[in-house]
Amino acid sequence: MKSVLEVKNLSASFGPHPQAASHPVLKGISLSVTAEQITAIIGPSGCGKSTFLRCINRMHEVVHGATVDGDVLLNGKSVYGKGVDPVLIRRRVGMVFQKPTPFPTMSIYHNVAVGLRLNGLKKKAVLDEQVEVSLRKVVLWDEVKDRLSQPGTSLSGGQQQRLCVARALAVNPEVLLLDEPTSALDPMSSGKIEELLRELKKSYTIVIVTHNMQQAARLSDMTGFFLMGELIEFDATSKIFTTPTDARTEDYITGRFG
Amino acid sequence: MGGVISKNINDEQSYAILGCIIKVNNNYLMRKILNISIFSISTICTIFTLSLLFFVFSYILYQGITALSWDFFTKLPAPIGEGGGGMAHAIIGTMKLLFVAVLIGFPVGLMGGIYLSEFGGRLFPAGRGRFVYSVRYAADLLNGIPSIVIGIFVYIVVVLPMKHFSTLAGGIALGIIVIPIVLKGTEEFLRLVPSTLREAGLALGMAKWKVILTIVVPTAFPGVATSMMLGIARVSGETAPLLFTAFGNRYFSSGWLSPTASLPAMIYTYSISPYSNWKQQAWAGGTVLLVLVLLTNALSRMLLRRKKLRTQ
Repeated sequence: MKSVLEVKNLSASFGPHPQAASHPVLKGISLSVTAEQITAIIGPSGCGKSTFLRCINRMHEVVHGATVDGDVLLNGKSVYGKGVDPVLIRRRVGMVFQKPTPFPTMSIYHNVAVGLRLNGLKKKAVLDEQVEVSLRKVVLWDEVKDRLSQPGTSLSGGQQQRLCVARALAVNPEVLLLDEPTSALDPMSSGKIEELLRELKKSYTIVIVTHNMQQAARLSDMTGFFLMGELIEFDATSKIFTTPTDARTEDYITGRFG
Repeated sequence: MGGVISKNINDEQSYAILGCIIKVNNNYLMRKILNISIFSISTICTIFTLSLLFFVFSYILYQGITALSWDFFTKLPAPIGEGGGGMAHAIIGTMKLLFVAVLIGFPVGLMGGIYLSEFGGRLFPAGRGRFVYSVRYAADLLNGIPSIVIGIFVYIVVVLPMKHFSTLAGGIALGIIVIPIVLKGTEEFLRLVPSTLREAGLALGMAKWKVILTIVVPTAFPGVATSMMLGIARVSGETAPLLFTAFGNRYFSSGWLSPTASLPAMIYTYSISPYSNWKQQAWAGGTVLLVLVLLTNALSRMLLRRKKLRTQ
């Protein structure tokens, strides 16, 4: 099985402040993400799940003073190598956030097209076609095809989140990162997103951070359990949720803390 | 027991706050009187403010409307002693002055505001670092400088080297007044754009400048445009800085390098003149200026309302 992401001894901290530097958010994380699988990251709040995700597409460094140590290989090439442009890395790694973030001044159409244009698409006919392809991938096309010119913010929360997935897919990323994509949505919309991710898994590699252990159990092939910046256990989801090796994992998944 | 203790604390607190003004007890009548008096004082002050506005507005309209005519907008001032005439040159002059002011004030204020909000600090959006703080403070100070001082400054820096008054100099003086208004407005409204939108843009693989130009500024645009309108409204009535810079002119000013008349300066000259028809024309000029300011204000409010609708 092909590994798309190879995270090697990754540590991260916030700020040049000595206290922050001596209390890293991530401590020596190593794991590998397999192609066309869903990898779930679970753990209590503040355990570094989101920071882990943001280190993969170099969004962590957007916060001034944030430091990263170790390496991330995306299809064999270092994301943190010399002369690597973080902007180009972010085009190869799609990201969806907790809150739906459609660009409020852009129409539904342009919210998707803005990603396509970044990849150099210019011709109107090609754009039209690719917007439709992207919206079909997230099963939103039939709901919005008659109102593509309306603002993205006019959609419901669940639809907005699917629009954001479509926007992220438009740049044709090698990996799709999702940071608690359903925690701001109602159960119906969450269900739709999960269904969508199951479908997308056939052609994309997905890493999802979730608060919801049931979601990780339902959805993912591999699960990593984070606790206070450390990767406690990383294994097949079925194993993590039935026979975890570490006592802390068992305590967490059985709801003894978290 | 506990109830008694807490009651005592409450009494002490109310004594600490109001005790120095009026001896307050937990007395129903006393509270009621205080409540009513505070309510009536604030109501009276509100009505006073509103009626001032109403009085100024209606008196200027009452005096000005009668002197307003087609001639007022199309003709030059009549020679002393003759009736009729208008302020066409001053209306054109004010527009030219505002044009120069906009040309200077909008871009500088906008880009400065973008710097403060997006580049100035250590974060994206920028945190309120020390440098940002001092620039904002400088903008506040600039905003507080009496406009006549800005007039003198431009007189020394622009008028003296060029050796004559000009539309350009007047426009520069007004532009300097516009800059801090637009700058602060832009900064505040850009900061209102949620940082999640910036992150979404960055995560999509947009360069920072592109995130700013295609996402942050368009999202904040109604607010930014409002601060621009406020800037225009503020300077369109400025008289003092124009006296040293644009000076005044009895005729149409040609080009940008000759002295020009402006509505506020004309109102000033005409209203202190001894001729009754000049005084009437000053009222008419005031009316035109008032309508101009009200229109820009209304326009800015409409832009803001559109923004509110959009974010809902």
